[in-house]
Amino acid sequence: MEHLTFDYPARRAVTTRAHVGVVGSGDLEVLLSPASTSDTSNSDNALSAHVVVRTSVDGYGHIWKSVLDRFFTRYDGAAQIEINDFGATPGVVALRLAEAVEAAGEGDAA
Amino acid sequence: MSHAADVRISDPSAAQAAHPEANQAAPRLRDSFIELPARERARALLDAGSFRELLGPFDHIESPWLPLQGIVCQADDGCVIARGTIDGEPAVIAALESAFQGGSIGEVSGSKIAAALEMALRDCERGKRVRPVVLFETGGVRLQEANLGLAVIAEIQAAIVALRRHVPVVGVIAGMVGCFGGMSLAAALCSYLVVTKQARLGMNGPEVIEQEAGIEELDATDRRRVWQLIGGEQRVASALADQLVDDDSHAVRAAVRAAFTQGVPAAHRSEQVDTFLQRLARVDPASVTPETLRDVYNPPAHHATNGEQA
Repeated sequence: MEHLTFDYPARRAVTTRAHVGVVGSGDLEVLLSPASTSDTSNSDNALSAHVVVRTSVDGYGHIWKSVLDRFFTRYDGAAQIEINDFGATPGVVALRLAEAVEAAGEGDAA
Repeated sequence: MSHAADVRISDPSAAQAAHPEANQAAPRLRDSFIELPARERARALLDAGSFRELLGPFDHIESPWLPLQGIVCQADDGCVIARGTIDGEPAVIAALESAFQGGSIGEVSGSKIAAALEMALRDCERGKRVRPVVLFETGGVRLQEANLGLAVIAEIQAAIVALRRHVPVVGVIAGMVGCFGGMSLAAALCSYLVVTKQARLGMNGPEVIEQEAGIEELDATDRRRVWQLIGGEQRVASALADQLVDDDSHAVRAAVRAAFTQGVPAAHRSEQVDTFLQRLARVDPASVTPETLRDVYNPPAHHATNGEQA
């Protein structure tokens, strides 16, 4: 098991949360919620997103970075994203992230 | 295999367009229950809009034991506890997620089920009836949490026995994992068991039997044989489960509602010790077949009443 963290700049606050997926073979679970506001209390008030990945497969940190880099070229929310991965392929990871964003867009206030 | 035959392929409108005259024969598109994850299963059984989750994934009550063994946790430990209403009556549903660690019962997932049932018991004791439903989809105890899992399965069983005096405890086994180990005993304690043809209910799973007793005893890859022995249809035909339903969310929901309408049974299966000991005594292990077992466990005289229930 490997534990990875990533930070990305964000441009808007997130007010809703979403949970999608399952920690089953070849799949993953994504929990998307508003990033804690304590990080934005500094003077320049910078928003940022935080990603925490727990994966059953070791040694793929560079692939995770590529998948998340691409995701954050299109996503600008200040979200806390927790990923529990059970061997999902990069394509499945990208789909689950998109699904979480869509589900968060439908509401369910955090 | 029987469960494959149950996959419905149809788009009725397409069938109608292609063969308008064959309209009546077009199979109905079903809303599969088996394909739903645990949370959606619970939602499907509750009255529309009444679903409310307790200790959901954002509460992060995870297994403390799996990470120590290098296994990734799921934020709800593979167990969904949902409150809501069934037919307007307060209800609580415990649903196991089969895709996470085979629906196995760990300290956390099992404690969530036990606590949900114990809360329902306290409500019932105060005169507020809560309808409890357990969606069994589990290989039994989670071996990585062995003793803690076993202990909490005993708590679940005790809670079911205490609760069923006040209100029917309804179990559902849909498949495709089935219900095994200590949780098969919990299922057997329920007031009513709703199963699909795809469901399996047994103490040991077929792979375990093959491994321990040899392939002469049971070939675990012989799916027809496995389902003949422990499949949902066989369990209902031998009166060890109550109602056989199609893999259809509406059918499962209707069966659960009907079970609550029937009320608490006069005598639960597990209270009919003499009856079942007599049946067991009539089984000849050398000659028994799935068909003859049905006759012993569900004598023709009982068929009528059992059919009423179904």
